[in-house]
Amino acid sequence: MTRINLTVDGQSVADDVEPRMLLVQYLREKLGKTGTVIGCDTSNCGACTVHLNGRSVKSCNVLAVQADGGEVTTIEGLAGEDGALHPVQEAFRECHGLQCGFCTPGMIMQTVDLLAENPSPSEEAIRLGLEGNLCRCTGYHNIVRAVQHAAGTTEGASA
Amino acid sequence: MTATQEPTQGEIGRDRRRKEDQRLITGRTRWTDNITLPGMLHLAMVRSPFPHARITGIDTSAAKAGTNVVAVYTGADLGESQGACINAWPVVPDQVTPAHLPMPSDRVAFAGETVAVVVARSAAEARDAAELVEVDYEELPAALDLKESAEAHTNGGALAHPDLGTNVSAVWRFDSAEAGTGGDVEQAIAEARQDGIVIEREYRQQRLIPAFMEPRSVVVDPTGEQITMWSATQVPHILRFALAATTGVPESKIRVIAPDVGGGFGGKLQQTPEEMIAFAVARKLGKPVKFTETRSESLLTAHHGRDQWQRLTLAATKDGHVTGLKVDLLADLGAYVAIVGGGVPVLGAFMFNAIYKFPAYQFQTTNVLTNKTWTDAYRGAGRPEATFAIERLMDELANELGKDPLEVREMNWIKHEEFPFTTVAGLEYDSGNYEAATARAKEMFGYDALRAEQAERRSRGDKVQLGIGVSTFTEMCGLAPSRVLGSLNYGAGGWEHAEVRMLPTGKVEVVTGASAHGQGHETAFSQIVADRLGVPFEDVEVLHGDTQISHKGLDTYGSRSLVVGGEALVRAVDKVIEKAKPVAAHLLEASADDLEFSGGRFSVRGTDQGMAITEIATAVFAAHNLPDGVEASIDSEATYDPVNFNYPHGTHLCAVEVDTETGQVRMRKYACCDDIGNVINPLIVSGQVHGGLVQGIAQALWEEAVYDENGTLVTGSFVDYLLPTAADTISFDLDHTTSPATTNSLGTKGVGEAGTIASTPAVVNAVVDALRPYGVHDVAMPCTPERVWRAINTGGSGGETTEAAAPHFDESEGAAQ
Amino acid sequence: MIPAAFEYVAPTSVEEALAALAEHGDDAKVIAGGQSLLPVLRMRLNAPEWVIDLGRIDSLRGVRDGGDHLAIGAMTTHHDVGEDPLIHEHALLISKAITHLADAQVRHRGTFGGALAHADPAGDLGAPALALGSTFVVQGPGGTREIPADDFFVDLFETSISEDEILTEVRVPKHGGWGAAYEKFVRIAHQWPIVAVAAAVRMEGDTIAEARIGLTNMGSTPLRARAAEQALAGQPATEEGVAAGAAAAAEGTNPPSDLNGDADYRRHLATVLTRRAVLAAAGRG
Repeated sequence: MTRINLTVDGQSVADDVEPRMLLVQYLREKLGKTGTVIGCDTSNCGACTVHLNGRSVKSCNVLAVQADGGEVTTIEGLAGEDGALHPVQEAFRECHGLQCGFCTPGMIMQTVDLLAENPSPSEEAIRLGLEGNLCRCTGYHNIVRAVQHAAGTTEGASA
Repeated sequence: MTATQEPTQGEIGRDRRRKEDQRLITGRTRWTDNITLPGMLHLAMVRSPFPHARITGIDTSAAKAGTNVVAVYTGADLGESQGACINAWPVVPDQVTPAHLPMPSDRVAFAGETVAVVVARSAAEARDAAELVEVDYEELPAALDLKESAEAHTNGGALAHPDLGTNVSAVWRFDSAEAGTGGDVEQAIAEARQDGIVIEREYRQQRLIPAFMEPRSVVVDPTGEQITMWSATQVPHILRFALAATTGVPESKIRVIAPDVGGGFGGKLQQTPEEMIAFAVARKLGKPVKFTETRSESLLTAHHGRDQWQRLTLAATKDGHVTGLKVDLLADLGAYVAIVGGGVPVLGAFMFNAIYKFPAYQFQTTNVLTNKTWTDAYRGAGRPEATFAIERLMDELANELGKDPLEVREMNWIKHEEFPFTTVAGLEYDSGNYEAATARAKEMFGYDALRAEQAERRSRGDKVQLGIGVSTFTEMCGLAPSRVLGSLNYGAGGWEHAEVRMLPTGKVEVVTGASAHGQGHETAFSQIVADRLGVPFEDVEVLHGDTQISHKGLDTYGSRSLVVGGEALVRAVDKVIEKAKPVAAHLLEASADDLEFSGGRFSVRGTDQGMAITEIATAVFAAHNLPDGVEASIDSEATYDPVNFNYPHGTHLCAVEVDTETGQVRMRKYACCDDIGNVINPLIVSGQVHGGLVQGIAQALWEEAVYDENGTLVTGSFVDYLLPTAADTISFDLDHTTSPATTNSLGTKGVGEAGTIASTPAVVNAVVDALRPYGVHDVAMPCTPERVWRAINTGGSGGETTEAAAPHFDESEGAAQ
Repeated sequence: MIPAAFEYVAPTSVEEALAALAEHGDDAKVIAGGQSLLPVLRMRLNAPEWVIDLGRIDSLRGVRDGGDHLAIGAMTTHHDVGEDPLIHEHALLISKAITHLADAQVRHRGTFGGALAHADPAGDLGAPALALGSTFVVQGPGGTREIPADDFFVDLFETSISEDEILTEVRVPKHGGWGAAYEKFVRIAHQWPIVAVAAAVRMEGDTIAEARIGLTNMGSTPLRARAAEQALAGQPATEEGVAAGAAAAAEGTNPPSDLNGDADYRRHLATVLTRRAVLAAAGRG
């Protein structure tokens, strides 16, 4: 067991973990942060995307011990303390950018990172920026609209 | 029949944002794998690496000694307590159906089959111990190739189940001459050979994997009076039935809950071995257990889809009127006959004639067992295969005639004034307007401009050629009229159930037997109820997916939720209003005949007197002042059995750019106009179409489950089973025409499978269209760059996929850091 | 999905890391960003007893101007290398390749040295590092040594880093003013390349004065397309001139045959992609 200390969604946490424990397992099993999900075992799907020290990472591809001392933000820490949705969350709802919702936490977290780096991305930049996140429901059409909407480059969804 | 959609009244037709989304975008979800119970134990499966082998010994002693291991069970240990995996649709009376134990004890029939289960206090420890289980196998010859397997009983080839003596599970046939629905196809072909056109083709429907994003997970809690199973399933009601029917546990002692379920596409309509094993282990130990598959396990063992060879003969007159179609399928069932199983190709049987007026038709499928993962319904289930075949053939016919592919289709399709129309397959299409949908699709697409660009690129000899693909489609969905299912020997009905509970505070609970996993039922059903009952959208709560709450239902698949489940809901709502009416009359001191119901209120005709239905609900709750003989409830339920299938249709147009130097295919434009009758929520509908399109496009271009000669699934992870990303797809142009269904009150048609059904042939037709100048008339799916390149350079349809994966995650790397 | 159990150590200096490596030797795996190693561990294709994490060694991060070369710390993330202005100015080919490498999340976590040490012939950094004539600096018990790029890649997943050594730095000779392009051919965006070509070109007027070309996934290691480089030197940067030179791109290669393409197809792709990469690098693409 290795002792780790980190900040997750603004909360300081400390635990003894097995070194083999993945960050995503730590979030889900130790902290009950089940909003972050596991969709694959080859780090292709991006469903487990969180922010580690301000940048998006696939939390299945980070050991919890590697995150020691770090700051993690998950989908559960994105909304304001008053429950106000983050603009990207709001945009996904507004543009129907989700169906089953399983990929959504990862999509939203990656979108937040993408827009931090490039606040007014082209459609191509959005599509490339999300290449590490798989969705099986939406065909990506409305996910792209949601990112554009959050970036303020389009109106809301149209059917 | 086509009507412009009437002005929306209230909620119907409104692009409501979804109720479901708040929890999904904030991570406040309840996926099965999120559930943790006190003392819960975790399962890990030990799976066969061989496609076909006798199990000669299993040594579990080392695993049992593992840290925090509670138990290790083999098939022999669990015996009959495992129950069995059932096939609900023996398509012929003498169907050959191998027994399917969730965990066999003597012989494995596909690579990935479970041979032992480890139970431990943590998932990690269960996995650790599973590595220590030693299984001795004696390999048996494996039936792998579909065509060879179909012949094995004649030539001593490998049998998937040696005791059965054959790999052929069933031969199912429909002939329009025999059925009296049309002429003799052989005669039509013979005539066309003399004085017409005969097109003979063989197409491959490659094996696909549904690949829902949420891996399957099951939790079983045997404590309490009912054994509760949470499962990532599309079919909680069917699952409960199967658990009870095969384990002997009374149905009333089983509760199945499908909590938030992350996609299905047919892939979660199975009764899985893993669910059965978890149920047996929980009962044996008396402790809650959980099993969550890895993605690799999911790709390996969750059922696959498609996998057919299609031999097709189309007969036509010299001017392009089709006179007959003959279809001869080989369908790969995999190692066992799954729950729908051999019914999947049969669902396609009625759809090869598509939107056309063919005078003669014959269909035959030979369903074949092999030592591969079982196959079952995947989005469209039989209908995409059928649509692909006929839409490819119509393009071939057009090419033969030198005519525009849309023109040839129009010559043969059912005209809008001919509805209702009884097809050569014996179905009655209620409504449609193929002309209108096609005209709109062409307009959105810019058909003529793209054809001009194509001609220009051809004449210039551009290295990047443009191809334009056409696909029209219809499908039978809204599964299904119970009587029809009965006549096809299906083991259940096709009705759906709904219940409306009027709460005393004015809120409304709606219970549906449909079980959503991304479709947006909570929103769309709320709209229907709000509209009809005249209550605020926000006040309607939709409950589903729990057999104790939704005690009766047949779940979600086959684009049935709205057209069957929605109609049940309409009828339950209407009953509420009917039950409320005498109460309203009593309270308003008026005659029931003088009451009218509108906007949620009963009002007395010609007066300003009235009362909201929610007020009546409160009054009924108090029950202080009810008319004599009226029960103290206006809650109502309805079970609706559809009278017919439901026939959405559409025209899809696709333009691709083919890089003739590399074979790379890029989507350029995609426009489609679907007619799905009246629309409840256009936002949800467009989402269904977008997602369906990409799944269909993915079959055309990217996805293929590949086995090697050892029966190993080579595409066993997302590294090799290629799901498209946002960067591989484009934005789509969608529109709708509206020919309301005449067989349900709302005039709706199913939309869940439409995009998938139409898009695959549209894309392949576009690829082939681009390559016609190179003498190419087919490219096998998926149309990989390599296949396209080979088709251009060496003819043929591009060859087989090499059955080897690149070793990016090889364990042998040296100083990786 | 759950790795086999291991012990973990996170040294804060190269010396500590080398000591840990000396102590645990064969039983240890070094983890850098972990983007290739962790999938291997999750699928239990490998089960080391020890994992030595280089992530706490700050001295291994960053891009430094070394005069005639850039020194890239082995633990610098792909993202940071790709964004570095020095890299843009002096090793444009590397930043071009990084934009195609995996996905944003992996680029945030994966490291330049880690990916090169992993030596997947389909990895996106080998070909550009090789083409630019990089030098790999490794440190072991006996001190540091420099390995020229041509000697670094030995075989599939195998480099000339010894088991008691750690890759600390990659030195990339400055190629200021060279045009660069990375042509990556995939079926799906998140795939490893079926074939990719890294090309850097120094132009003199309309003529290609010098070309450096690396091939990804055309053999068991990244390869230099030397025959093509020679054929291109002195050619006019026209479609025809470049195509003639690029025709030699697959010479001496031994590409794999797999799901995504057979060897002959890959050889063909190499010539097409080389032509396109060189033209793009020459500003004619």
